Amino acid sequence: MRHVISVLVNDQPRVLARVANLLGRRNFNIESISVGESEEEGLSRMVIVTQGDERTMEQIQKQLHKLVDVIKVQDLSEYASVERELLLVKVGAAPATRMEIKGIVEPFRAAVVDVGPNSMMVQATGERAKLDALLELLRPYGIKEMARTGVTALPRSVNKAAATTS
Amino acid sequence: MATVEQGVDQGKEAKEYTGSEILLRCLIEEGVEVAFGYPGGAVLPIYDSLYSSRLKHLLARHEQGAIHAADGYARATGKAGVVIATSGPGATNLVTGIANAQMDSIPLVCITGNVAQHLIGTDAFQEADITGITMPITKHSYLVTDVRDLPRVIKEAFHIATTGRPGPVLIDIPKDVSNAKATYSYPDSVSIRGYQPHADPHPLQVQRLHQAIAEASQPVILAGGGVVTSGAEEELIAFAEKAGIPVTTTLMGLGGFPGQHPLWLGMPGMHGTYAANHALLETDLLIGVGARFDDRVTMGRLDKFATGAKIVHIDIDPAEIGKNLDAYIPLVGDVKKVLATAIPGLRRSSSEAWIKQLEKWKQEKPYSFKDAEDTLKPQWVIRHLHETTKGKAVVTTDVGQHQMWVAQYFPFARPRSFITSGGLGTMGFGFPAALGAQVACPDEVVISVTGDGGFQMTNQELAVAAMANIPVKVAIINNHCLGMVRQWQEVFYQERYSEVDLSGSPDFVRLSEAYGVKAWRAKTKQEASDAWREALDHPGPAVIDFWVTPEENVYPMVAPGTGLDEMIMGDEAE
Repeated sequence: MRHVISVLVNDQPRVLARVANLLGRRNFNIESISVGESEEEGLSRMVIVTQGDERTMEQIQKQLHKLVDVIKVQDLSEYASVERELLLVKVGAAPATRMEIKGIVEPFRAAVVDVGPNSMMVQATGERAKLDALLELLRPYGIKEMARTGVTALPRSVNKAAATTS
Repeated sequence: MATVEQGVDQGKEAKEYTGSEILLRCLIEEGVEVAFGYPGGAVLPIYDSLYSSRLKHLLARHEQGAIHAADGYARATGKAGVVIATSGPGATNLVTGIANAQMDSIPLVCITGNVAQHLIGTDAFQEADITGITMPITKHSYLVTDVRDLPRVIKEAFHIATTGRPGPVLIDIPKDVSNAKATYSYPDSVSIRGYQPHADPHPLQVQRLHQAIAEASQPVILAGGGVVTSGAEEELIAFAEKAGIPVTTTLMGLGGFPGQHPLWLGMPGMHGTYAANHALLETDLLIGVGARFDDRVTMGRLDKFATGAKIVHIDIDPAEIGKNLDAYIPLVGDVKKVLATAIPGLRRSSSEAWIKQLEKWKQEKPYSFKDAEDTLKPQWVIRHLHETTKGKAVVTTDVGQHQMWVAQYFPFARPRSFITSGGLGTMGFGFPAALGAQVACPDEVVISVTGDGGFQMTNQELAVAAMANIPVKVAIINNHCLGMVRQWQEVFYQERYSEVDLSGSPDFVRLSEAYGVKAWRAKTKQEASDAWREALDHPGPAVIDFWVTPEENVYPMVAPGTGLDEMIMGDEAE
């Protein structure tokens, strides 16, 4: 089963390496890791997407907790949460097809953020599945370059209260 | 000459000290009595400050020797062992020792020098990313980038190394930080937000434990290294006696429960006793106490391990609970505290018949070997060491057959008297560890039981024994081969003895004498007994090269991939 783990860590050099190293050496699978600032100065929030059964997830959480730089670990799969990913994709776009591509992009609330002589760059945010769907539609035009951030996520507010009191 | 520890705070203005002086002051504040190490370019400032410090330092002949000695010191005392090494190769030579300490939860503070910060990342001379290299094998590590952080970092390092589940902590200090100056102030306390070990057990789980014991008729305690680490031997005895529960101690737990106690079953697992292994097979309540259900105990066959039992797991490390075996009652906490909390409410389990059955197995199927008059059997040597010292010795081992024979034939009566590399299985560990243990316990008889293979991995440390007159007694169980590998090749590889012949080894007596260490060779029981007596009487370090029968195997044995019910008992016991 897919799990999204939110890890609050010290904003220190090497913390990402420590976490990635821990997961790697214990043979836990990582789909994506994204790191950025958190609401508290000096702490970063790391969002890890991984696969595993209940036992594996329990071990992942416990092993993460053993790291001195880890402050809090939360499996967001236990809560309703908002997941987002950013996609930047450069698709082949001769002048004749630009309008067509814009038409595809629009229903996804994505935006064209750069235009070149033979290509366009599209920026989209959303859940992974939505970005995958957009990519499928853009694929026939030729995907020249692509970058995705990996998932970042937070539990929804109604859950947050429940999570802190549990 | 004023020492670096003197003269602080005497002036009105705060005096400034170099990073290396601050480091040594901090070590002394932490109560460090001795550091083991080896100098080099990046730690020149530290060794220069050491020159005028009252901190005792032992110069090893290889950084691996230094860290194993620090490890042996830590295992003998329970205090953090301290090792100092230079950057690059000095630091990487520590790697085996760090992994060894990590696997056995031994508190170490490893101080490495690094190149100056402006050179870090340039592949400078003797540069190695030691914090990166050791990330998977340390409990925590620091790269100090500001001299003002040093006191806090050292305070935290000792705290992290010695509390909760102990382990090695590495502090990497670039040369410019050692040279930089700052005022000195050592913090009184430590506050680390992400590190809060839980020592006290949950009362509800303790109640459940009481209930489970009251309902059990075939309970057994599997006691591991955690008992020794937390100093819980008295509590374990009281707990086992009050509840009427037999105890088996893992390799790391040997000495954590007296080897002569009627409730003791011996060691379980691959080379464990029949009684201990059958207790684990047939138990209805298995209480793991500071033990991690390692694959040398379970054989990795969890489908055949304690299948009819409720599992209670007591451990300070929550990640151990459920890692290998699901626990019916998880009890996170310091073993000593958990047992102390549980003892008052304990009721005796109805285990009389069970204890009788186990006693019968103990009598019928003890460890045994075919002794011979004309040859020297390794088991006889170990038993002789035990009998002649009356068990009053600290024994270290290397890894292999002799290690298992010590575990089998030297019933340890008290904790911290058996020092061995359990998790990593590090050849070359035993002899330097014995030096560290002897430094920690100058009044004890310290015996390094080693093999002709393991001894040759770190025998250069004989120089340290000679120079510092450390009276360790080295008992080489010399079978002229890599015994355990030979045993496996005999049993599992159709006697195809590939690269286990060590007959090109040096004459250990002459080698020892070259270092200035007194040595004996023994090929018969009489020679062995005479040599051993003389070695014990000798006030300095001594080496006895026991030439034992090379074909001897360690039995009983459980083959990897089979269950504890498939023990190979060996010739004598069948």
